[in-house]
Amino acid sequence: MNPKTLSLPETGTVRPVTLRLQDRLAAQLPKLVLAPTVIVTLVAVYGYMIWTGLLSLTSSRILPVWKFIGTEQYGKLLENDRWGVAVENLIIFGGLFILICLVLGVLMAILLDQKIRAEGALRTIYLYPMAISFIVTGTAWKWLLNPGLGLQKTLRDWGFEGFTFDWLVNPDRVVYCLVIAAVWQSSGFVMALFLAGLRGADQEMIKAAQLDGASMPMIYRRIILPSLKPVFFSAFVILSHIAIKSFDLVAALTGGGPGYASDLPATFMYQHAFTRGQMGLGAASAMLMLGGVLAILVPYLYSELRSKKNG
Amino acid sequence: MKTLKTCLSGIALSVACAGASAGEVEVLHYWTSGGEAAAVNVLKQQMEAAGHTWTDFAVAGGGGESAMTVLKSRAVSGNPPSAAQIKGLDIQEWGELGFLSSLDDVAAAGEWDSLLPAVVSDVMKYDGHYVAVPVNVHRVNWLWANPEVFRKAGAEIPTTWEQMIEVGPKLKAAGIIPLAHGGQAWQDATTFEAIALAEGADFYRKAFVEHDEATLQGETMIKVLSTFKQLRELIDADSSGRDWNVATSMVINGQAAMQIMGDWAKGEFTAAGKTPGTDYVCMPAPGTADMFTFNIDSLAMFTQSEDNRQQAQHELAKMVMEPKFQETFNLNKGSIPARQGMDRTPFDACALASMDDFTQSAEKNSLVPSMAHGMSTSSRVQGAIYDVVTNYFNSSDITAEQAAEKLARAVNASL
Repeated sequence: MNPKTLSLPETGTVRPVTLRLQDRLAAQLPKLVLAPTVIVTLVAVYGYMIWTGLLSLTSSRILPVWKFIGTEQYGKLLENDRWGVAVENLIIFGGLFILICLVLGVLMAILLDQKIRAEGALRTIYLYPMAISFIVTGTAWKWLLNPGLGLQKTLRDWGFEGFTFDWLVNPDRVVYCLVIAAVWQSSGFVMALFLAGLRGADQEMIKAAQLDGASMPMIYRRIILPSLKPVFFSAFVILSHIAIKSFDLVAALTGGGPGYASDLPATFMYQHAFTRGQMGLGAASAMLMLGGVLAILVPYLYSELRSKKNG
Repeated sequence: MKTLKTCLSGIALSVACAGASAGEVEVLHYWTSGGEAAAVNVLKQQMEAAGHTWTDFAVAGGGGESAMTVLKSRAVSGNPPSAAQIKGLDIQEWGELGFLSSLDDVAAAGEWDSLLPAVVSDVMKYDGHYVAVPVNVHRVNWLWANPEVFRKAGAEIPTTWEQMIEVGPKLKAAGIIPLAHGGQAWQDATTFEAIALAEGADFYRKAFVEHDEATLQGETMIKVLSTFKQLRELIDADSSGRDWNVATSMVINGQAAMQIMGDWAKGEFTAAGKTPGTDYVCMPAPGTADMFTFNIDSLAMFTQSEDNRQQAQHELAKMVMEPKFQETFNLNKGSIPARQGMDRTPFDACALASMDDFTQSAEKNSLVPSMAHGMSTSSRVQGAIYDVVTNYFNSSDITAEQAAEKLARAVNASL
């Protein structure tokens, strides 16, 4: 006992010093490691947001020129036919894309949840499109949907002479082609999100419901799906981001055409700011897109933060 | 490690040597396709033979969109290249921003004023001073046709727009697409401006150079627009988004009968081993026989801080205008020299016809800048015209009258 108690103060006098240094380092380490990221984010995300906002108030053309003209660029933008088409397209595309993705994702997740054989393989198949870049998706669907090359031609060659599917070259329908390709890409991801949620559902409650004589559809409708509200919300936020920033899909699938019938705000912004020498107008359109994102994000963050406080 | 060191010092030494003896030119361009790259290589060799260092700054992407993005970032950071491939009225925009340096000494010594038609030299000048040097002249209002296909269908190659619309059903009956076209905004605009040109150079200039509102929404414009819409019938359903060279290959292999495209299309025919006159025919676009819409590639010179770099830059400008470069470059590119009075022997029939029409139309005052290729107007106004034209061409619910009105409104809004 004695040597131990004797040795303790000895080490005790040395260790607290080293410990304190280590402790201090350990306490500062996360901050040190995160500092560069925070600085880069502050500059490259928030700094440039402010910069773009200022730019949208100037008369900048091919290069930034700090000659302020008020909100003139926004006025021009709202009068621009093409911007109108782009916003309208975004509403159609975004609405359908989010809705179909959610419905399909939930359905696929429920079906996969039935303890079937080869579930892992099926899940991989559904999820895999997410691993592919939108450029590849767009190019592949461009070939599939091209009337003279893909689906229409194949079915006509098989003997269905009257079969017509020319949405890709039809200005009134082309936006639905974007929906098809985007849904194909993202619904597997939504399925994976919901599947994880379903697996986390309270089995006791389900068993209790079964004992009470509830049917499986009833259990899904009344118990499991309502408990997946947070999953539903995350999926919605992620999907709406994908919809608003969609650029590569349009670039690869339709190039904004025919004409500018399949333009989205992101392609509009790129073209005006970088290739047409209308940087001010492009910046204004970027700010309106930011507004769109915030309109979704702020209520989401608000509800998230509030629920955490309450919980 | 040792080899790395020697390498590094070697590089440092060679840079130092080059810096001492002569200057360096850095040229930003988007001449990256086969023929174009060969053409620009000629200039590189000549510069190096004169003892200068050539830094090639090629940015891929046919329309030069990515090249312009790179150029902007370089210019903003205060480090612009010596020369950049900038076209048309965008030269004026860069001049206005104060980036370009005067070439008046070189121009005076080389007598550029007498070698270039006034319409060309005007584009090269900002505020009365030369700031850019032209490398070639493209004619845009060309009609490319496959005579074999016309023989098969028993039809004549049209010389007016009415004839072209009439010949459509005959070609279609023979299973041929009458007009090869790519549904991209600039290709729509290229066809549109050719139809507008058939209404006369004065009308064209009023609409696309002076942007006269009455002309833009007048009767003649409505007529042009409805002719343009009728051409839609001659084009196959899959044209949306098709590249121009794919459309050209449709004419080459007889799938389509005609294409309206600038003389860069000749490069595709040449590459496919076809000879002008027999395998393919080049004619002025219908109704524009003695007129000429030009599209000029040029190198604009950016202000350099170092003296020796500036000297090298002036040397470059001088060389670009010399007959040797103009000949080799344009033989490779399919265009014609911007410099007048050159030796004609090496050029083919299409290029010779183009040269004749260029000089004649300059005399007759029917030489006009191409709207579709950014010669007559800035990229802002051009974009506004593109939007209206391509939207009208592709949608079924806009009348020619409405389109004309939209055209006038869009141009006004972007001025």
